[in-house]
Amino acid sequence: MPPPLAFPRITPSEITPPAVFAARRAFIRSTGALILAGGLGSAGTVAFATPTPRERLAVSRRSPLSTSEATTPYRDVTRYNNFYEFGPDKDSPAKHAHRLRTRPWSLRIEGEVRRPQTISIEDLLAWAPLEERIYRLRCVEGWSMVIPWIGFPLAELIRRADITGNAKYVEFHSLADPEQMPHVRTPLLDWPYVEGLRLDEAMHPLTLLAVGLYGEVLPNQNGAPVRLVVPWKYGFKSAKSIVRVRFVERQPKTAWVKAAPEEYGFYSNVNPAVDHPRWSQAQERRIGEFRKRPTLPFNGYAEQVAQLYAGMDLRRNF
Amino acid sequence: MPPNAPSRPGGQPTTRPQTALTAIRALVFVLSLLPFLHLLRGALTDGLGANPLEYLTQQTGTWTFNFLLLTLTITPLRQMSGVHWLIRLRRMLGLFCFFYAVLHFAAWVWFEHFFLLEAMARDILKRPFITVGFVAFALLVPLAATSSQYAQRRLGGRRWQTLHRSIYLIGILACVHYFWLVKITAIVYPLTYAILLAVLLGWRARDRIARYHGPPHQRMMGK
Ligand code: HEM
Repeated sequence: MPPPLAFPRITPSEITPPAVFAARRAFIRSTGALILAGGLGSAGTVAFATPTPRERLAVSRRSPLSTSEATTPYRDVTRYNNFYEFGPDKDSPAKHAHRLRTRPWSLRIEGEVRRPQTISIEDLLAWAPLEERIYRLRCVEGWSMVIPWIGFPLAELIRRADITGNAKYVEFHSLADPEQMPHVRTPLLDWPYVEGLRLDEAMHPLTLLAVGLYGEVLPNQNGAPVRLVVPWKYGFKSAKSIVRVRFVERQPKTAWVKAAPEEYGFYSNVNPAVDHPRWSQAQERRIGEFRKRPTLPFNGYAEQVAQLYAGMDLRRNF
Repeated sequence: MPPNAPSRPGGQPTTRPQTALTAIRALVFVLSLLPFLHLLRGALTDGLGANPLEYLTQQTGTWTFNFLLLTLTITPLRQMSGVHWLIRLRRMLGLFCFFYAVLHFAAWVWFEHFFLLEAMARDILKRPFITVGFVAFALLVPLAATSSQYAQRRLGGRRWQTLHRSIYLIGILACVHYFWLVKITAIVYPLTYAILLAVLLGWRARDRIARYHGPPHQRMMGK
């Protein structure tokens, strides 16, 4: 357990009143939160009812990194997903993700760290104040959304992980439990789903560990209870339902690179100039819009992240 | 495509009174229109999900393929069951295949490229699955154009039959199109269609071989 959390680097006007914050934390620890946050009946014994109670998350601050673009409706954000552990179609996650049990949940932090640790989702939630980040999301398939995530910078986790000098990359492993995720029985991808970032990408202030969206606990189909959000990369880089964060020295072998190395690269930065072998990446369809719009380099985050790739050939390192 | 089935020895008469057949054809017509009506209603009521344009493209593609397979099912079904009037449904099913192909093609022309000829040409040259789909569609056009009895008479049975055998190639191209466009995680869909097509074409291959070695009165005739 880390020391009790202070409120670092935030002006008073930005923070949740401490009473609210403490109440939230207490609530999250209570069994009530276990029920609500996972969207499950008590201890998972009650059958899943469709209009699930949606637990609100207190957000202690808004972020200047948010876009002011119109957000994609909640309905679309939660019904049009790629989450192949639950099936091949866009509506498979919304249909089947109720089988996912998000409490209890723990996250293993290991690899090139001085002290490997397993922390509960409740403790993780208390590691940093939650903020809202409204980000563009660009899928490699050519569609995009604008989503108001809730979470905290991954850098906060990395700071507490106490990594060694050998840590050059970070691997993220999603849950792969055939009981909860029927499609991990099909050997189409090499389960568990593994994604990865270079350490400097992982430390970047835009890189978010998300636990909610639209002011609420993350719906299961969006990668509950904790997922990655890397807004300048294609969506599949943002691993969902993470159970393991491993710091490593060598570039990880990630799920899609293993499945189709000529189509998906380790970096997978959004890049309108580099086409997918089977389709153009120059344009995208923003969900809810009729006409396509041009895709921006680094999904519009070039100003913040382009320097991470200075001197690199982004055609070869696609 | 389908050789005339030998009449079953001692079989029941398998022709239907004209009125019953008309009713069956009307029913099949309405059923075949249902996917279209479903899409139309969805389009008018914002009921096609988060990405309606993609949904329309995918659904029309799926129904094109469904009707292609249904059309190819008639002959084996007719031969195995001896129900000869089934042949009277085949042209309609083939034309529905073309109908959904036109919608599918139109969805691409409109929603992907907004009628820009240059963008379409580039897409056909650039994306292999589009190239293959386009060839499949182009091959469907003469079949639809010569589907009438008048065209059949004008061409003469044998030439008409040879022309219409290109449906086998179209089916194979449709499989290639499908395999090429999906991600590995959805491979089960094109695989299913490929297996069904293989069964339908395999049946024909076997039938031909059997016929070749069979008694002379079973030699190829008809389509
Ligand atoms: C005989 C002709 C054709 C058949 C049987 C066919 C069939 C299909 C099928 C089954 C799908 C997949 C639907 C799904 O994912 O659920 C599809 C998708 C598609 N087809 Fe076709 N197609 C044909 C011709 C064409 C043509 C001519 C074009 C355009 C020039 C085209 C463009 C597309 C596109 C853009 C998609 C969607 C790909 C995606 O969702 O990523 N197809 N087609």
